[in-house]
Amino acid sequence: MTARGPIERLPTGISGFDDIAAGGLPLGRPTLVTGTTGSGKTCFAIEFLARGIVLFGQPGVFVTAEETADSVRSSAASLGFDIEQWEREGRWAFVDASPIEGEEEPIRTVGAYDFGALMARIDHAIRRSGARRVSFDSFSSIIGRFTDLGVMRRELVRIVAGMKSLGVTLILTSERTEEYDGISRYGVEEFVLDNVIVLRNVLRDGRRRRTVEIVKFRGLPHRTGEWLFTIDSREGFVVIPLGVAHPPAHASTVRVSTGNAGLDQMVGGGLFKDAIALLTGPAGVGKTLTGLSFACGAAGTDERCLYCTFDETHDQLVRDAASWGLHLGAMEAADRLLVKADYPESASPEDHFMHLRHAVADYAPSRIVIDTLSSLERVVSTQSLLDFVIALTTMVREKEITTLITAAYTGQAPQGGQPSSGGIDLARVTDVTIMLRYVERIGDIQRAIAVLQARGSDHDHAIRQVTVDDAGMHIGDPLPRVAHVLSGSAALTEQPPWPAGPDAAVREPDAGGGDQAGAS
Amino acid sequence: MADYSFRLYVAGRTARSQAAESNLRLLCEARLARHAIEIIDVAERPDQAEEARILATPTVIRLTPAPQLRVIGDLSDHERAAAVLGLPSAVLEEGPR
Repeated sequence: MTARGPIERLPTGISGFDDIAAGGLPLGRPTLVTGTTGSGKTCFAIEFLARGIVLFGQPGVFVTAEETADSVRSSAASLGFDIEQWEREGRWAFVDASPIEGEEEPIRTVGAYDFGALMARIDHAIRRSGARRVSFDSFSSIIGRFTDLGVMRRELVRIVAGMKSLGVTLILTSERTEEYDGISRYGVEEFVLDNVIVLRNVLRDGRRRRTVEIVKFRGLPHRTGEWLFTIDSREGFVVIPLGVAHPPAHASTVRVSTGNAGLDQMVGGGLFKDAIALLTGPAGVGKTLTGLSFACGAAGTDERCLYCTFDETHDQLVRDAASWGLHLGAMEAADRLLVKADYPESASPEDHFMHLRHAVADYAPSRIVIDTLSSLERVVSTQSLLDFVIALTTMVREKEITTLITAAYTGQAPQGGQPSSGGIDLARVTDVTIMLRYVERIGDIQRAIAVLQARGSDHDHAIRQVTVDDAGMHIGDPLPRVAHVLSGSAALTEQPPWPAGPDAAVREPDAGGGDQAGAS
Repeated sequence: MADYSFRLYVAGRTARSQAAESNLRLLCEARLARHAIEIIDVAERPDQAEEARILATPTVIRLTPAPQLRVIGDLSDHERAAAVLGLPSAVLEEGPR
């Protein structure tokens, strides 16, 4: 009866999960989902059924062994799912296997028994609703009440076989006690179910980090390792996409103005529409001004810009802009600009990403400014910050949103002179790298700008002078005799550091400017 | 009217179901003057199993007298079964009533 051949997949519809599962769960097979208390097992089990109903019209049966059906209903409501409505429509059926009030633990048994009644109830619910999906949450709760591991294992084999013969895809959750040891508390389930997913909720560097990992998948291809997820108030269980989403089929050849004619020239005629530009520089050098100019490039077009600041309040930003002759109020009134001001501490990087994703969905901007990424460094680990950047770049690439990210310059010069933030080589995930620096001269300080890379463009290799006045930023002539700009200790030198020539700037990073500056 | 009433949930006509039924009858006949036993096959009446939230079979529920008591298993250990179901000692050993 069972057809031989490749195992088919069942897309779960859980946001981002099917990407790491390379298409979905093995169709018609059982999958074990384990995790410690509070790791999101019940949420995953609810989502599995709810997404099936919403996205694929597949009814589901929820076997609840730990919480009451009512408590599952209210958990689902907080994820935005109206289970009672689905119950009335016959698309969601509960099998309530939670402890009966006053039930003793362990349950008193006299002689031999099996789970014939539970099987009959699940079977009945599946047939009545035409379910294609079953969530069983959790089996460890059943084991905890009945305690006889031999019987539990035998009965789990029966349940799993019953689900297979009905052709439904089963998610069975189980509790574990350690984040990195063993699969399940009683060591029963992993011997019966072929596919294992682990949810983790780890405290690291004082921050909670939720991850999902596919541990076993019947030899089917899937992505390995731990993937960040969050339980979002609007989108529910979301696996944060880290470059696994679908890249656009083509690269854009359309150029977009940076809002500064001089900078447009330096990057080869404006940014490509699908570009992600990184702007680094020390505090006060003009990063926010550059970001605001870019935002105001949307004025007078039908474009919209989303400006996310982690440094200032909305009103502070408006005031700063006015001092440079940029009027954000008019842009906001014309629906060309949306400013989102968030405290870095107000959320985890995953949730900051989700806020951005919601804003992108609602506002549909064609430009985004993140000012500054470095503010997030205060509150997250290096790994989380990199994940945030990758998730962000994945999203904006997919949607072809021109993006400018500003980052503080830490004063370190990693190999090759590329700028970094928090030790991350951000230039690897961005397309254009622009640096703004202070240059010391005898008696005063000047500003300089240089473009380090601009993928697909013939960019300006000069280090140019920058001036700022109440009309904004002006990019001037190449600064003669300036060295060590890349290392962050730029200074006027007696000798020109490079012979004038087209390849001059390319050679400079290789000269090990950082070391020389440090030694002098 | 019966002093003691029980409901026995079984899953299909299996050896285990039959053992539970005969053990329950033996116990009642030995220890109770008046009793009633209702047998429900959950394979035929899954809705009844749902309503009573039965997980394991066989399950016996002592409906009366209050409080309701539940025990799971084929009741092969008569002494323990009697204790859990709150049955009096064997009637015949108590002498004339």
